[in-house]
Amino acid sequence: MRLKCPLCGDRDRREFYYSGTDDYLNRPAADAPLSAWDDHLHNRTNPAGLTRDLWYHEQGCAQWLAVTRNTITHEIMAVDLVAKERAK
Amino acid sequence: MPELIAKAALEQAPLTKAGVTLAAVEIGPITSVAVLPGGAKAVAKALKPLGLSFPAPNTWAAKGAARIVWTGRDQAFLMGVVPPTLDGVAVTDQSDGWAGLSLSGPGAEAALARLVALDLRAAAFPIGSAARVGLNHMSMVLLRVAEEAFEIYVFRSMARTAWHELAEVLDRLEARAALKA
Repeated sequence: MRLKCPLCGDRDRREFYYSGTDDYLNRPAADAPLSAWDDHLHNRTNPAGLTRDLWYHEQGCAQWLAVTRNTITHEIMAVDLVAKERAK
Repeated sequence: MPELIAKAALEQAPLTKAGVTLAAVEIGPITSVAVLPGGAKAVAKALKPLGLSFPAPNTWAAKGAARIVWTGRDQAFLMGVVPPTLDGVAVTDQSDGWAGLSLSGPGAEAALARLVALDLRAAAFPIGSAARVGLNHMSMVLLRVAEEAFEIYVFRSMARTAWHELAEVLDRLEARAALKA
């Protein structure tokens, strides 16, 4: 498996650390109801198909990447810099 | 004031095996230049007197003794010169944090191919290329400095491990060459 880092280019999977769903990017407000925090911390979907998750390019540019991929076909549709999305 | 003794990260003598020479590199000062939001113009202006511009990802450039190497998003290392006053950036002295090694000779690509998961052939990684990539299990900054020469920068604490990894590769390449002969 290879990921095309937006900065470094096509790189081997061993350079990356897998974190998990991109749900972690959407943090509830501090005063959000407990159910929202429960969702944020614990409740995950387990999709067959499209998923978007966070990978860290630890042996490369040290950036967090949001990878859109298909769990059925293993196709990778997009790799985006989290920092760039946050800057918007 | 106590007298501090400056020591090189690597004191090994250059090693030549299988047509590849491994040697320590003393590049001089290394300064991390991290562009602050909106600081791109200011840094471009500040680098101009050095004859340098902020590098695109995966590249490096030199002017005289001064080098600038891309090392990450909005970050570069200025090497070989004491940095001028730079606006629009966060500047950190990294001189003692990194150790340099050079690998040169006709077999340099083949030697690195054993430790680096990246296409390093001249067509894919020409002179002027730089990469943040793994050297086996450690991370490094890799530069192609000539047709048959690379420079490797690793965290100083890992200098001897990096030397050991590369020296072992040269041992194996030499052993293989002896079998063919």
